Amino acid sequence: MENEDKLVIGGHEFTSRFILGSGKYSMNLIKAAVEDAGAQIVTLAVRRANTKEGESILDYIPKNVTLLPNTSGARNADEAVRIARLARELGCGDFVKIEIMRDTKYLLPDNKETIKATEILAKEGFVVMPYMFPDLNDARDMVNAGAACVMPLGSPIGSNRGLASRDFIQILIDEMDVPVIVDAGIGRPSQACEAMEMGADAVMANTALATAGDLQKMASAFGLAIQAGRKAYLAGVGRVLLRGAQSSDPLTGFLRD
Amino acid sequence: MAENHFFIDSDKLSPAALERKHRLETDPSVRTDHMKYAEGMDQIDPTIRNNVMADMKAYDYTKYTARDVIRALNHDVCTPEDFGALLSPAAEPFLEKMAQRARMETSKHFGNTLYIFTPLYIANYCENYCIYCGFNCYNDIKRLRLNHEQIEHEMKVIADSGIEEILILTGESRAASDVHYIGEACKLARKYFRNVSLEVYPVNVDEYKYLHECGCDYVTVFQETYDTDKYETLHLMGHKRVWPYRFEAQERALMGGMRGVGFSALLGLADYHKDAFATGMHVYYMQRKYPWAEMSISCPRLRPIVNNEMINPLDVHEKQLCQIICAYRIFLPFAGIVVSSRETAKFRNGIAKIACTKVSAGVSTGIGDHESKYTGKQTSEEEGDEQFEIADSRSFDSMYGDMSGEGLQPVLNDYIYV
Repeated sequence: MENEDKLVIGGHEFTSRFILGSGKYSMNLIKAAVEDAGAQIVTLAVRRANTKEGESILDYIPKNVTLLPNTSGARNADEAVRIARLARELGCGDFVKIEIMRDTKYLLPDNKETIKATEILAKEGFVVMPYMFPDLNDARDMVNAGAACVMPLGSPIGSNRGLASRDFIQILIDEMDVPVIVDAGIGRPSQACEAMEMGADAVMANTALATAGDLQKMASAFGLAIQAGRKAYLAGVGRVLLRGAQSSDPLTGFLRD
Repeated sequence: MAENHFFIDSDKLSPAALERKHRLETDPSVRTDHMKYAEGMDQIDPTIRNNVMADMKAYDYTKYTARDVIRALNHDVCTPEDFGALLSPAAEPFLEKMAQRARMETSKHFGNTLYIFTPLYIANYCENYCIYCGFNCYNDIKRLRLNHEQIEHEMKVIADSGIEEILILTGESRAASDVHYIGEACKLARKYFRNVSLEVYPVNVDEYKYLHECGCDYVTVFQETYDTDKYETLHLMGHKRVWPYRFEAQERALMGGMRGVGFSALLGLADYHKDAFATGMHVYYMQRKYPWAEMSISCPRLRPIVNNEMINPLDVHEKQLCQIICAYRIFLPFAGIVVSSRETAKFRNGIAKIACTKVSAGVSTGIGDHESKYTGKQTSEEEGDEQFEIADSRSFDSMYGDMSGEGLQPVLNDYIYV
């Protein structure tokens, strides 16, 4: 049955729920993510793809992998839109991950500008995947503007701090009808697993792999952790007690049928 | 503390010129007020300048102990106070620990990427008398200003080597290399390179705006030293002498629309602890005011120049330089850190694995000599002398190969013009 458990984004189906981010790229990283973590979607920073032949990350992405160009470097909706159009011209397909930052220190996304860019790009036929700060109202606005999913951050990019925004991501998972993909901040396989257990539809990571001691082993660990978390979610996570034991109905056991 | 012997008299100077030079060197009363803006210079909000100067004045690096350094290294977020501790002599025994922390911060923000660029000097005329600089107006060197065709020829040679980001430099002469001339060079550079940046004399906001329209997106200005009294004794003549105008160059560049700005103290000119502290605080305040802008720090040390082999970085040895770079990285994890060919290949290979994120390759600090330096081909073209001696003459290819060999991912350009 699990073979039918597919991730659907904008009408496209994927069996893998691991997405490789692009911030710190190396050719070995892409290879490990695809071969060892089973990634079917690889993010591509357009600003770095626009380079000479043999240097472009584009040249290293296997043909059966879906490219997800991102708009990193954009500081407002207008710049993001222009980068997305350039990605399409470069032959990167119709997927686009909107990243708009007005802060170079924490690289936190600007939800307001992201909503604007989502609306424009969705109308142009892009499959829009917005990177966002986990805010329910903004997530709804993004979906209303045509987003195919939402990509809330777990914690600041590159921080490896995991699900610092856990409670707010849970709200998105509970309330949104589109896939919720946890992006940014996932530093360990256990954190990826936790996000999947919570019901996230996929997890994106980059730094956690890029900075691992053994890239291939870590990629494989992420692949397994995401599968485990997904399976646990589908199984329905049972009751977990903080401490001690409880009878099954401590307060209402006295009631007669 | 040892001193550098900067004063060199050329036998080609006229008696009148020599007399003026000597008076500038020996009699402070004939020099202009270095804290006063000259006519036509933009004056902007001085808040950041005042903050940096106050912090630098209050910074006492002798007060820190090992305990302060350990506390700084244990903090998740490095405060200005922690930064002060990391730059202090008390931190010297912790260099390896600092390097490990710096490496972790670098990998969080930059992964294993390393940007490679090259500088292109298009003119070496200068109207300033900065006593440590090879281009200073009293130094007897071959002067040259490349014309449009010569610039294009140099750019072609550089682009053919594979480089995609260029940093255009000039001597500081508005007369010999005016803003329009620099703008035309930027327009040409956009034909051959993905990214174009400038390191020229500071200009006004409207001029930065013009240069941005010409294709430049990044501006670096070396403050040389943040110690205004020391600055006064090193920059004896010319508009570079105006310290506050130079300090505010990065802010004016951002106001003119630039994407990012670079900062630097030239280590070895004054008290390096204070200069490094002020540099870090300058970036810190600028980032708070302009959070969208990209920022980088260059970490140059003094080098010998044509006609003066004696100039050296004094007490800033490689260990001190490494400490400064690690402190910059831990305090400002988001900032790019540039280590130029002033340093040896061995140092650059090592520091690139700790904190440096950008290196130059295929470097010449001379004028119009890329073809002869890159290909060994003797050309009939005239060449101008170098600004300083470099210590790492690796070509782009060998730098690329060496950095890949160190486990780093060379990146040739990192943004697109939108």
